[in-house]
Amino acid sequence: MTTTATQVEHTQTQTDARPLLLEVQDLKVEFTIRGGVVKAVDGLTFDIKRGQTMGIIGESGCGKSVTARAILRMIPKPGKITGGRILYYRRPRHPKPGEEDKVEVIDVTKLDPDGEVIRQIRGGEIAMIFQEPMSSLTPVYTAGTHINEAVTLHRLLPIKKLGDQMVERIMEYRRVTKEEARAIAIEMLRRVGIPKPEQRVDSYPHQLSGGQRQRVMIAIALSTEPAMLIADEPTTALDVSIEAQILDLMRDLQRTTNMAIMFITHNLGVIASMADEIVVMYMGKQVERAKVVDLFYNPKHPYTKALLQSVPRLGPKTGQRLASIEGMVPDPLNLPTGCVFHPRCPAFVAGKCDKIVPKWTQVGENHWVRCLLYEE
Amino acid sequence: MAVAAAPAVPAKRKELSQSYWSLVWYRFKKNKLGVFGGILLIVLYVSFALIPEFLAPYALENRSQFVEAPPTPIRFVDEQGRFQAPFVYGLERRVDMVKRLRTWVPDTDRKYPVRLFVQGDEYLLLGLIPMNIHLFGIDADPREARIFLLGADALGRDYLTRILYGGRLSLLIGLIGQFLTIVLGMTLGVISGYYGGPVDMFVQRFTEFLAAFPNIPLFMALSAAIPNYWSPIAVYFMLTIILAFLGWGGLARQVRGLVLSLREREYALAAKSFGASDRRIMFRHLLPGTTSHVIVIATLSIPGMILAETALSWLGLGLRPPLTSWGTLLQDAATIRAIRFTPWLLWVVPPILLTIFAYNMLGDGLRDAMDPYSGRG
Repeated sequence: MTTTATQVEHTQTQTDARPLLLEVQDLKVEFTIRGGVVKAVDGLTFDIKRGQTMGIIGESGCGKSVTARAILRMIPKPGKITGGRILYYRRPRHPKPGEEDKVEVIDVTKLDPDGEVIRQIRGGEIAMIFQEPMSSLTPVYTAGTHINEAVTLHRLLPIKKLGDQMVERIMEYRRVTKEEARAIAIEMLRRVGIPKPEQRVDSYPHQLSGGQRQRVMIAIALSTEPAMLIADEPTTALDVSIEAQILDLMRDLQRTTNMAIMFITHNLGVIASMADEIVVMYMGKQVERAKVVDLFYNPKHPYTKALLQSVPRLGPKTGQRLASIEGMVPDPLNLPTGCVFHPRCPAFVAGKCDKIVPKWTQVGENHWVRCLLYEE
Repeated sequence: MAVAAAPAVPAKRKELSQSYWSLVWYRFKKNKLGVFGGILLIVLYVSFALIPEFLAPYALENRSQFVEAPPTPIRFVDEQGRFQAPFVYGLERRVDMVKRLRTWVPDTDRKYPVRLFVQGDEYLLLGLIPMNIHLFGIDADPREARIFLLGADALGRDYLTRILYGGRLSLLIGLIGQFLTIVLGMTLGVISGYYGGPVDMFVQRFTEFLAAFPNIPLFMALSAAIPNYWSPIAVYFMLTIILAFLGWGGLARQVRGLVLSLREREYALAAKSFGASDRRIMFRHLLPGTTSHVIVIATLSIPGMILAETALSWLGLGLRPPLTSWGTLLQDAATIRAIRFTPWLLWVVPPILLTIFAYNMLGDGLRDAMDPYSGRG
């Protein structure tokens, strides 16, 4: 990986007026297991701006979820971040007068994974929802208790006081009381579209349906007003009609709260309707990154093209076999030389693709690809 | 306690949805043996631990000249064959000079009616209310005649009274000891299971060490370490702590095993992603998942505690007179002489058996009720 410096440069010359929220630079995560070292994430670089939706797509085991967990420093053992930086542009959650616009840059990879700072960020500033709503709620607590827990851990209410020019200003904060937390919980449940929230707030997880549980998860995540939501395949376990509702809900909430979303999925249809920008991952490496329109109408990398062709479609050309990608996902302990995709690539050039590691190349505005076809 | 998959809700129900515990209660109620055990335990604890002063006809240390008097039968028919209100005969002392044996024979000239709610020795009910009413007794000067439903011991004390009072210490040592066991076992179990690695290694090897050590010599050593100038009550609490200290290992292992699986559940990860600290995840999110297991294990192992106290006291290593527990009573009954000449001293055994049966019945009932996958719903 010799491209680190250029990558960093490029991410900062992006033309998007919105302020940066998160910058991942050349992130590397490795799992040392008995058989060797698995590079779960290898040289991932992207950034997320406030209010933006970033999609991460790839097949199972390509490192999507590990990336999400790396941002929150929750990589399961024996995984380790072995390189790169995750810069979080933190705005004060409870600003004192005059500090509203102060931005602090935190390198998440340098934090103590059990420390106070990362625990404030987790849930409070970057919330996460999971694939499996069936088991993401602690079975012995009600929906309301879950929300209360997040709220009392992270949210403070302003105490307004008269400042210098007899203008009400926020001078101090206090903790949320029990009654307020309950009111917040009911309000959050209403916002995520749960019917009869006054009653549902006292429901246990086993009394809720799968879709309702995922709504409760979203309610928990949003109750602390986070700057970013990591959605790790939030609709994979739900059926299609519920999926559509949940996606609508997330879009609505994003519009009202200006929260950034990092949306992880393997479902191309879902990501097309959600994301502004997409990173395609294959075996821990990013192979292409583009605006959603560019990626779907003008895919560059052979892997992206193959992925798009393998989506089943309604239309006149029925009777054809569904296209699939040749070959098998390689053994992560024993990755192919050169471009990791070359054994399955339809555009494989012998003597080149299996020898040379492709560079991260710009092919258009905000369109990057890692493939020898597009190198000089 | 995998509550996530709620079992089929029974047809008879008040609300649309029920909590886990109301389902447990519903299933438990249908288990007659378990309910019986539970009721029996309540009766036992109320009568032995709460109000033995009221139920017993005399005070614990009320001695008399009726040394080793046999149980006094309550009679309804007098020597002429006439039916009467219940009464007992007075006791007359005989000494068989040939056998060199002292015996007590009924003196049919003296009759004492048995009454309910008689006045007798002063006591404090529940340690608060001064009273002198006893459930039953006889209208007589206690120096002259007494009622010994289960006989008297070597100091002329009523044995029923002693069994009733003795139950308090024996039954409570089970509860207090089990409480300490649960606190120790759950805490160490959840820490061991959650952190894994070296912490787990250390806790597990320590429990193995405790489990591998022969119990009786360990008890003996620890009991011998209790200074003998300590007050009997201090000894009692020390013994409770010793029992708990030796008993937590099994529970810790069970909790650890459960936590090992629970911590991989997504809700543990979710709690972490919401910024919960390790302590919060362990004690608020994971530990409740083990409660049903722990309750069952605890219920089933309280008898072990009671038996351990009894055994230790019987060996002379546990409670010592003047404290009265079932163990110390059993100690009096443990000689050949006692079995030959004062067999009524063995009356302490039935309450011990009854308690243990009751706990086992309750524990089995709870186990069936709490298992969400038992098909008995």
